[in-house]
Amino acid sequence: MAIDVEIARRVAKLARIRVEEADLPNLAQELSGILTFMEQLNEVDISGVEPMTSVTPMVLPRRADRVTAGGIQDLILKNAPDAREGFFAVPKVVE
Amino acid sequence: MSLQGLTITLARDALRKREFTATELTKTYIDAVDKADALGAFVHKTPEIALEQSAAADLRLAAGDAPDLCGIPLGIKDLFCTKAVPSQAASRILSGFLPQYESTVTTKLFGAGAVMLGKLNMDEFAMGSSNETSCYGNAVNPWSLAGEKRTPGGSSGGSASAVAADLCLGATGTDTGGSIRQPAAFTGIVGIKPTYGRVSRFGVVAFASSLDQAGPMTKTVRDAAIFLRAMAGHDAQDSTSAPLSVPDFEAALTGDIRGKKIGIPREYRMDGMSDEIEALWQSGIAMMADAGAEIVDISLPHTKYALPAYYVIAPAEASSNLARYDGVRYGHRAKLAAGDGITEMYEKTRAEGFGAEVQRRIMIGTYVLSAGFYDAYYNRARRVRALIKRDFDLAFEAGIDAILTPATPSSAFELGSMASADPVEMYLNDVFTVTVNLAGLPGISVPVGLDAQGLPLGLQLIGRPWAEADLLNHAYVLEQAAGFVAKPTKWW
Repeated sequence: MAIDVEIARRVAKLARIRVEEADLPNLAQELSGILTFMEQLNEVDISGVEPMTSVTPMVLPRRADRVTAGGIQDLILKNAPDAREGFFAVPKVVE
Repeated sequence: MSLQGLTITLARDALRKREFTATELTKTYIDAVDKADALGAFVHKTPEIALEQSAAADLRLAAGDAPDLCGIPLGIKDLFCTKAVPSQAASRILSGFLPQYESTVTTKLFGAGAVMLGKLNMDEFAMGSSNETSCYGNAVNPWSLAGEKRTPGGSSGGSASAVAADLCLGATGTDTGGSIRQPAAFTGIVGIKPTYGRVSRFGVVAFASSLDQAGPMTKTVRDAAIFLRAMAGHDAQDSTSAPLSVPDFEAALTGDIRGKKIGIPREYRMDGMSDEIEALWQSGIAMMADAGAEIVDISLPHTKYALPAYYVIAPAEASSNLARYDGVRYGHRAKLAAGDGITEMYEKTRAEGFGAEVQRRIMIGTYVLSAGFYDAYYNRARRVRALIKRDFDLAFEAGIDAILTPATPSSAFELGSMASADPVEMYLNDVFTVTVNLAGLPGISVPVGLDAQGLPLGLQLIGRPWAEADLLNHAYVLEQAAGFVAKPTKWW
């Protein structure tokens, strides 16, 4: 399926990546090219085949519901672009 | 004894005999790294850490408590989180990021006494096949012809360049679609991608979690066996890590593969494959037969669908994994204009922080996971993936011990030569390697010869799940028979 400028704009929005209006036609063309390549998958008979979830059959391991690495607030915040009073700080979210 | 040009095996044995110290060895390689900036392989050098680690290694060596990697100078791919050392996945979005913890792989390596010379160049978030998507600029293949520069391959291009140029004795790599094996083949070294779950992914920046696997890149198969043993093993911090014991891979190198069945998959004979690659493959087949293996023609009928399936699944997982880079908790945050809210912060941060290829893959992944297309693309690709794995399962059930294929469709190409190519053309580099990731199998690239231009070419061996020991032994036989000893002429 071909991707037009409108779909490209929507995908960029969903991906939370700013794309300038002038760059949308080129992006749409590139994404279309890649999707055309993927269309080959339509040739495969997949009836009765389950989608693979795990490459090795394994049961998700469980562990006791205990804190294993708590009490490291300073380490968690150390790389934050903006941290104040023990919190991550971001621009205003609610008007 | 010259300290340059050593293998891990030779250095280990000499260090234990105290023929030289770990500090002397480390200083030699710090010096080599410093003189090789033209290769662009090391992007963050850590000589102080290396000297501290080598001094500690000398104490252990003197005390007779020296694991195999004790005192061995290594390079670490930038994808591994190393405590308080830049770990950027070659992306602007992680500029300034200093991990406050250590990846399981580097914890194991340092626990065994290994020495870190620095962090190695790569494609941004491991997305690329030429190291050209790196925010640091590309790494260069030491095997470059006069007057031009060749790619070391990708994504582990810095690792491959550093090992091939003898800037370190070995390097960590990661492989999501061929990112260890393709650069190893392009630079005349050995690279193994272990079975999915053999090596912990904890602390390795995630690209596509169901495909990513770390492994060693080394000068010889024996070095790979030693290095892999030190990296591998169960880790409770990675829920996909297998609770299996790690065999002594080095002890498995008997050189005896008599009676083993080597599968030759007819679907890997691609349209337009060069005569050189075909001839290389035939010579590899002859080497295995001469060693007493039985050569068996096999069919892996879904091979041709591996690349399109991969380029749905990997971007889908990447779009989800890379959602964490939002300018809130770590890394880059865009400068905001007056009135910008949190959405503008996300969008500007991600537009500035991610390079073109990463943006493209995030958007493809976003699209194939979006409402209305999830079944048509993502679920279909996962069904095809199941069929690709079944092809291998059937071959192994029929008694095949290992599968021999070319590693790459060509030798290393010129840097910049793919700049105007369609993204899909670059993806074709992974055509022989990507099936192995989709099926979760171990695969190894072994240097076998030079092409007409004098550039290295490799062959790939694919093994049964968890049979790295057997796979390494097959690779050892191929290595001995091929006798690849060529070295690049030093120009850097």
